[in-house]
Amino acid sequence: MKTYEQINDRIISGKAVVLTADEIMDYVDKKGLDAAAEEVDVVTTATFGPMCSSGCFLNFGHSKPKIRMSEAWIEDVLVYTGIAAVDVFLGATQLRHGDPANMYPPGDFRYGGGHVIEDLIAGKTLQLFALSYGTDDYPLRELRTYFTINDLNQATMVNPRNCYQNYNVAVNCSDKTIYTYMGQLDPNGKNANYCSAGQLSPLLNDPCYDTIGVGTRVWLAGAHGHVYAEGTQHTGACDRTEAGVPTEGAGTLALTGDMKQMQSEFIRGVSLRGYGVSLAIGVGVPIPILNKDILKRTCVRDRDILAPVIDYSHDYPQKTGKVLNKVSYEQLRSGEIDLNGKKVAVGSLSSYYKALKIANLLADEIRRGDFQLTEPIAPLPKDSTMNSLKQRGKP
Amino acid sequence: MSQTATHKLMLHFPKCECEKPIIYHLVKDYDLIVNVFRAKVTPEEEGYLVLDVTGTEVDIERAMDYVRTFNVQVNYTGKGVTRDDQKCTHCGYCVPYCPTNALHLADGKTREVVYNEDDCIECLACIRVCPYGACASAF
Repeated sequence: MKTYEQINDRIISGKAVVLTADEIMDYVDKKGLDAAAEEVDVVTTATFGPMCSSGCFLNFGHSKPKIRMSEAWIEDVLVYTGIAAVDVFLGATQLRHGDPANMYPPGDFRYGGGHVIEDLIAGKTLQLFALSYGTDDYPLRELRTYFTINDLNQATMVNPRNCYQNYNVAVNCSDKTIYTYMGQLDPNGKNANYCSAGQLSPLLNDPCYDTIGVGTRVWLAGAHGHVYAEGTQHTGACDRTEAGVPTEGAGTLALTGDMKQMQSEFIRGVSLRGYGVSLAIGVGVPIPILNKDILKRTCVRDRDILAPVIDYSHDYPQKTGKVLNKVSYEQLRSGEIDLNGKKVAVGSLSSYYKALKIANLLADEIRRGDFQLTEPIAPLPKDSTMNSLKQRGKP
Repeated sequence: MSQTATHKLMLHFPKCECEKPIIYHLVKDYDLIVNVFRAKVTPEEEGYLVLDVTGTEVDIERAMDYVRTFNVQVNYTGKGVTRDDQKCTHCGYCVPYCPTNALHLADGKTREVVYNEDDCIECLACIRVCPYGACASAF
């Protein structure tokens, strides 16, 4: 048994024993659970993939004369101005003005909110265009200027839903190619796509939310951010294996962090043909090894994690709830799964390569004493369910 | 007899040479086996051609000397499809779409996506599917 304080003392003194979630299983197999639980202080987890529910609040500071922006665009991408005068919210999936979207399907969606966020963090000079109806205290009606992230007072990433605990495997059982947020899916179940870091993914290593909660400090694209709430659509009550590992979407995290501290390598605009734009983010989450039960759960392997295979041509859009099959991440990573006796080629939208890099970068930071752990101020709910939207007539 | 070799080449034809049957002469006069992967004539009447040529080194060199007499640029290293290592996130989404495994995972441990240009047949599937714009065509 260890406390957060004891682990942080070891981190500060540079003596903390830190392993990645990719290394810990073999380590525990070799040392035994009891000895390893004594020895290991932290296991680092990570993920890198498209996370659509992402965005940022930006504050520009005031022009002379002042403007109360009522509509604004950054690089022709609309931002939300229904907050204070020079605060805006930029969403990852917003399309660029004039993008033909799926007018001539499938659309290319080359640039949008996610790409603006990537460019901001890469330090590029971007165009701001803003309009206003004009007031006595904010008389300016129109503004066009160029800025970088360094000109902003604040650039705060705010992601209502990141780090999905587990995720669907998408296939297409129709006879036409379809284009989805899970990528291009060829007809008659020719290919399948998944999107999870599996055994390296944060919430799959802490499946019952024993250590990750509101207030947990995380590594968000290189910045030290934190969990500010349960993520949207967080569903603690879900199908789980005997070991407590969810076999469907389940938990999510709402994350925030200072964009000025982020590295562009881990924040990338995403163009999904025929679907739209998004943002791929790299997240690392440390798990304190407070006891051997927590350690045991970080030893989860790809073969122990099951994901539901869903038909995105019918069952997903029509919300039938039908699951074709459940397959393990070990099977998915082999590049081929079996679906109704047929071999299906598998691709991934989540980068294990980058996740592994992040888990190692975070482990190095902790070993150097540069990243300390925080105890949650509130746990993530374990019993929450997800509501559906009911389409009602006017009461 | 010197040994046969296969080289992947990218040829760029200037405006005036597109109507000449140059490839025909590579087969007829220089005894080369040609395998064309991709050809394109632009609206400016410039031409691009990516192909494998198989023959003796001597014949290939003579053939390329012949080709160069038409001001055709012969590129032994530049390929028609390139991958930007900075833009690639190594997600692996492209891998099942690549028919020749030119794009493949280095190993099951790191899951790094490597691109072997020599195996690329320039089908351009990767350019269509990559969400990060990592793959690009020279023409």
